[in-house]
Amino acid sequence: MGFFNSLKLNLGVWINRIFKKKRAKIGLYGPPNAGKTTLANRIIQDWSGSGNFGTISAIPHETRRAMRTEGVVIQANGSSIELDIVDTPGMATKIDFKEFMAFGLSEAESKKRAKEATEGVIEAIKWLDDLDGVLLIMDSSEDPYTQVNVTVIGNMEARGLPLLIVANKMDLPDASPARIKAAFPQHAMVPVSALEGSNIDELYKAIATRFG
Amino acid sequence: MDLISGEKLENMTSMEKIRLILDKVKTGRIVVLENGLTSDEEVRLIEMTMTEIRVDEFSGIEIESYPSRKEGSFFDKLFGRAVKGRMTVIGPANQLRTIEKDKYQIITKVSVGD
Repeated sequence: MGFFNSLKLNLGVWINRIFKKKRAKIGLYGPPNAGKTTLANRIIQDWSGSGNFGTISAIPHETRRAMRTEGVVIQANGSSIELDIVDTPGMATKIDFKEFMAFGLSEAESKKRAKEATEGVIEAIKWLDDLDGVLLIMDSSEDPYTQVNVTVIGNMEARGLPLLIVANKMDLPDASPARIKAAFPQHAMVPVSALEGSNIDELYKAIATRFG
Repeated sequence: MDLISGEKLENMTSMEKIRLILDKVKTGRIVVLENGLTSDEEVRLIEMTMTEIRVDEFSGIEIESYPSRKEGSFFDKLFGRAVKGRMTVIGPANQLRTIEKDKYQIITKVSVGD
């Protein structure tokens, strides 16, 4: 990234912060199967009243193209913020078609899905250049020190853009949002269950505070 | 296994670093970087990896680095200065597996052959 581009980008961030921009384009990032699309669906159902971002599946990389919804108005903390939400494909450093075959997909389907998943990761990375902030979704029953989490957090820190960690799947018996907080103590974190809607109001307050 | 010093990478462009790493990893080598990559370079490495995945040939990389020590200062952010990377291990996904990772240590298992 060139010096002047960096300066322009970072000055833009600080100007937005100073003047409290009320519209923000945020990306939902995280590893495959962290619950990004479940959360995206929950947000638009809560604030737009209908519709879905996409389908949900136990098979990783169900979302293989970024999906965008504009003009979702969230009201919390006595103010409102208008969000353009981008639900991105799961980030990964490796994609092996054999993993999909373990879920009962045929070899041909698995290879096709693997190819699409690689394109999805590239698309998710491209979106990083065009966002005002990120919701990083983690599965709170899993180890938080994945490279995807470390890389996305490092990237947002380097860009000076706001980041909110969502410790999803808090309804699972072995969920430990505290483990996520201990791993990344410098960032705000909200535990939720996107599936059940638990603690979701706290997430909306945090979004309004962090991105508003 | 190739241990690459911080000095060697300092004199390379981002693309040169990424190409060096991927070329080594695709031939089955494990690469340990003394000072790691910047977060932007890590993202570009993942992006480049995705373009080079081939069925039955190369399924991607395993990469592990530590979380950054701290956020950059106000002036780092203002001028887009990258926070320095930390020790990083990168290898072929079918040969390097992370057993455990926390803030202070990365435990990996390396298998020879597939």
